[in-house]
Amino acid sequence: MNPIFKSHEKDFMRIEADQVCVDYNGTVALYDASLNLKAGSICGLVGMNGAGKSTFFKALMGFVRPSRGKIRLNGLRVNQAQKDQTVAYVPQNEGIDYAFPVSVWDVVMMGRYGAMNIFRIPRESDRRAVFHALERVDLLDLRNRPIGSLSGGQRKRAFLARAIAQRASVLLLDEPFSGVDVPTEKLMAELFLQFRQEGHTILISTHDLNHVRDFCDFVVLINKTVLAYGETSEVFTSENLNKTFGGIPPNPLSGPESSKDFVNE
Amino acid sequence: MSELLISITPFDWLLDPLTHDFMRRALMVSALVGGVCGLLSCYMTLKGWALMGDAVSHAVMPGVVVAYALGLPFSLGAFVFGVGSVALIGFIKQKSRIKEDTVIGLVFTGFFALGIVLVSKIKSNIDLMQILFGSPLGISQADVKQTLIISFVVIFILLLFRKDLMLYCFDAKHARSIGINTGMLHYLLLTLLSLSAVVGLQTVGIILVVAMLITPGATAYLLTDRFDRMTILAVVSSSFSSVLGVYISYWSDIETGGSIVLVQTLIFLIAFLFAPKYGIFKNQTYLNNN
Repeated sequence: MNPIFKSHEKDFMRIEADQVCVDYNGTVALYDASLNLKAGSICGLVGMNGAGKSTFFKALMGFVRPSRGKIRLNGLRVNQAQKDQTVAYVPQNEGIDYAFPVSVWDVVMMGRYGAMNIFRIPRESDRRAVFHALERVDLLDLRNRPIGSLSGGQRKRAFLARAIAQRASVLLLDEPFSGVDVPTEKLMAELFLQFRQEGHTILISTHDLNHVRDFCDFVVLINKTVLAYGETSEVFTSENLNKTFGGIPPNPLSGPESSKDFVNE
Repeated sequence: MSELLISITPFDWLLDPLTHDFMRRALMVSALVGGVCGLLSCYMTLKGWALMGDAVSHAVMPGVVVAYALGLPFSLGAFVFGVGSVALIGFIKQKSRIKEDTVIGLVFTGFFALGIVLVSKIKSNIDLMQILFGSPLGISQADVKQTLIISFVVIFILLLFRKDLMLYCFDAKHARSIGINTGMLHYLLLTLLSLSAVVGLQTVGIILVVAMLITPGATAYLLTDRFDRMTILAVVSSSFSSVLGVYISYWSDIETGGSIVLVQTLIFLIAFLFAPKYGIFKNQTYLNNN
């Protein structure tokens, strides 16, 4: 189940999932899902709605307990990895209450809470981390604005800045490209490549196949289990995609047509 | 009465009640309880727990009655039933297909009915009206002590976990992903809710205590986009309306709980109409400058 990495590289695995099964009250949501990701890689998690993408995410985040299998992040158990600020989660825009009375600065500062003491009083180093993170996503000018006054793309960048401020080595992004404007998409794509350079490991849950093709080194095709997993160029075949999407074209714009083109290349 | 009101100066209006022992006590307790409930109301409104506040405050009723009958501190009984109702709501929701708001309504009315039945059945000197509508003017020395202790515990915990609770209300997933125990925070907030309901019913009674737990937060929410400012505004407006409510009640001989909540509601209406950014009549110059 590990086609890419040799066993001596195992020590460097950022994400290690082995035969993970998750069920909700007897209904199987995910079974035998295995995945190994090393430092400095970008991996796309592709599947239909309800295929188990978010369940896999939740298992990696420790929100659901696998009924079987094991998960290690940087070699640590999930709850230990959380305390070590190993994982950062960038949510979908829909899950957040944007009428909440917090500024952009406040939101990004939340990325530092885990590194602070119980009173959560920011130190100089925390403020520097927030400042730097805001600079990287180009939101420094808007730092005192309420989070709700930002556009969809700016909101996404604010939550990305929170993950940067957290200095986590593993980033989990849930549909990062949905509802963002073109400049934000460009900025995020550049950032992801920089993160890879810096040794971060990024797992992107998406159903947009174009983005996977553009900058994911690896891809995981998922439908209740891991159907195929490996380097993007090897895994992205129309046969695999058909299996993943059950023969249904995944997306009229970027679906079967372009994936056939890809195979022909 | 009206001749009396005309003949007194504002100075007398403020100072005269302070010559009475019971009024000094009532004003102090009301200000403190107002502050505690005001602080918690920020979390209730942001988390969307108004109905939960209503439920818990009604559900403490049988606890108060049983505690009085057994000669225990009423706050203990109220606390047990407050937390018990929350646990029961969670249990029924998990084990049945009924929607949460239905379960909440079902459980709290059941507890409340039990309380009323107990009052009529247990022979004691409990005054139903006092529990239902509060009576800060008639508060006993023992009740003052209990209220002080509970209030300071709630304030201490809220200040200690201020940021964690704020993060929990805003983005519980992130809180969890950085290793914060969100399950603990959930029950901590519910416990604080029960305790605040207990102190709140001292001043405005069980029926109106939910107003203390949501109105100041809602008012402050219309006035600012910053969490810290929201908490300060909520505490100030809540304490102010509690004190003013007691004064009005003293001078015009009206029910104190109703008076306090009515002042709170009026302040909310003023914010609703004239808040610089979110009011109905927005201040155009403010918006243009910002």
